[in-house]
Amino acid sequence: MTAASLTTPATSARARKYGSMSRDRRWALRWSYVFLTLFAIFFLMPPVYMLITSLKTSAEISAATNPWWVQNPTLSNYTELLTSRMYLTFFLNSALVSVIVVTITMLISIPAAFALSRMRFWGSATLATGVFLTYLIPETLLFIPLFKMFALVNEHLGIQLINRWWVLLLLYPTLTVPFCTWIMIGYFASIPKELDEAALMDGANYRQILTRVFIPVALPGLIAATIFAFTVSWAQFLYPLAFTTSADQLVLPVGIITTLTKGDVFNWGQIMTGALLGAAPPLIIYAFLMDYYIAGLTAGATKG
Amino acid sequence: MVDAALQAPSAAVARRRGGFRRFMQRRSTIAFLMALPLILLIALLVIYPAFYSLHLATLNKSMERFVGLGNFAFLFKRETFWMVVQQSCIFAITAVIFKALIGFIVAHFVHNIPSKGQRKWRGMLLVPWVIPPAMSCLAWLWLFDPSYSAFNWLLALVGVDPVSWTGEPNWARASVILVNVWIGAPFFMIMYLAALKSVPEQLYEAAAIDGANWWQRMWYVTLPMMRNIMAITALFSLIVTFANFDIVRILTAGGPIDRTHVFATWAFWVGIQGNDIPLGASVSLFMVPILTVAAVFILRDINRRAGEMS
Repeated sequence: MTAASLTTPATSARARKYGSMSRDRRWALRWSYVFLTLFAIFFLMPPVYMLITSLKTSAEISAATNPWWVQNPTLSNYTELLTSRMYLTFFLNSALVSVIVVTITMLISIPAAFALSRMRFWGSATLATGVFLTYLIPETLLFIPLFKMFALVNEHLGIQLINRWWVLLLLYPTLTVPFCTWIMIGYFASIPKELDEAALMDGANYRQILTRVFIPVALPGLIAATIFAFTVSWAQFLYPLAFTTSADQLVLPVGIITTLTKGDVFNWGQIMTGALLGAAPPLIIYAFLMDYYIAGLTAGATKG
Repeated sequence: MVDAALQAPSAAVARRRGGFRRFMQRRSTIAFLMALPLILLIALLVIYPAFYSLHLATLNKSMERFVGLGNFAFLFKRETFWMVVQQSCIFAITAVIFKALIGFIVAHFVHNIPSKGQRKWRGMLLVPWVIPPAMSCLAWLWLFDPSYSAFNWLLALVGVDPVSWTGEPNWARASVILVNVWIGAPFFMIMYLAALKSVPEQLYEAAAIDGANWWQRMWYVTLPMMRNIMAITALFSLIVTFANFDIVRILTAGGPIDRTHVFATWAFWVGIQGNDIPLGASVSLFMVPILTVAAVFILRDINRRAGEMS
């Protein structure tokens, strides 16, 4: 009896305390959602505005109506761009460059990462650090000397490199290979040594260890690196702007900016449509492979 | 006798070929050959041009005469150059601070909500980072349009005069920073979220038992645990922001009257469009000191962590 009367106040007090704590939590949660919504509006506003504008006619854009609302939605901008030879050329160039660069990147960085993470050779540790440092060198530092170098190649060897879309196949790997090699070294180094020792015991050679053991085991890292290489190649703006000029050699970002924004009259409906379609491939990849995308994003700084 | 004399060289050849094959089969040789394409790529297209730009910077405009430090002396005398230095520093530092702050705050809010909803929010908030910067800058350019700005339309609703987003120097500088923050903050958010998730829950429980309040938990548990990732993310971002090209180029092209130029855009303007490659190379070389400082700190951190792991 006494025991019961002693415990009831204690339990009720504890219950009240828990109740107030959960009320605090509820409020914290509510505020979190409020602020997250505000931030989401800020972060998503430009792409949404792109979509809104892309659905408008030129007449509606230049009319002084609410810019955030579409009165007469139309797909004419989309049909016009998707039947425009020039825009399709840009898209094709971008796709071609990105796919080939991803292939080159993987062919260079996977064997290199394997060699650097498993098979020591003279200077391999220095090289691994060097790869990382190369990743830190921005393209804005290199485009001028590279431009002059390629001009000299043309002068002395007669190979025209500037103003050809495939010059980008030489340039983009300098951006993608160091990072991909670096994160693949991280992924390969995390594979237990027993695995390749077992494969060696079974008589596998290095090529077999790489293709039968390392690549399958490090597949998530490989996908992250591929996504990174693709998005970097797709988004690169400085190199194509400096190295290509003719309309049939341009890739998407530069193509939209130099051809659609020509003159004083900007056709904003088409520019926004072009930009939205140009942003679509990375967005689609991101939507389907978000976890790999984020793994690649955080790997650069958290691995190593 | 004749036979032996005939056989001797072929045996030597065989031995040499065997030696070569053995050399080829040696582990370190295979490893070197596997890394060779990477070495060639870095040597020819990164290291060589980096040093070549040092050489270019010492030539005159037509690249026929050696002028020593003449290009740098010329730059130091130009007012535009000092303006670009100042603008680059303001641009990079302000943008990184705001990106870090917003990233930190948003990461905490995402961390606060139940984990099954986190994926959705994280997915939405990372969108600015995924869109190619050239494309999203076009959207911002349109949002900042002098006559049809959608922001000014909203401001007009609350009775504020239209703002000249890219026309007036200080507003243009602020706009360029705003766009950079918009693009870069999600990256900080993702990194900080990863860092927050790596803090063991027991530490918070221990702190709660010791009666720590929210600020104390933040100051003594969260921040020390996140310090490493925060520092390295900020340094990475400092490098990328300092060398940024796309945003300024598309939004203002350096204008109004060079008031928003940063090193990269000015180097492009002088070197490629102005056809003065040596001067452009000299301008871009001014990015090297700050990049080196950031790189040294990042490398130190990475080496330290590598040491801790082994």
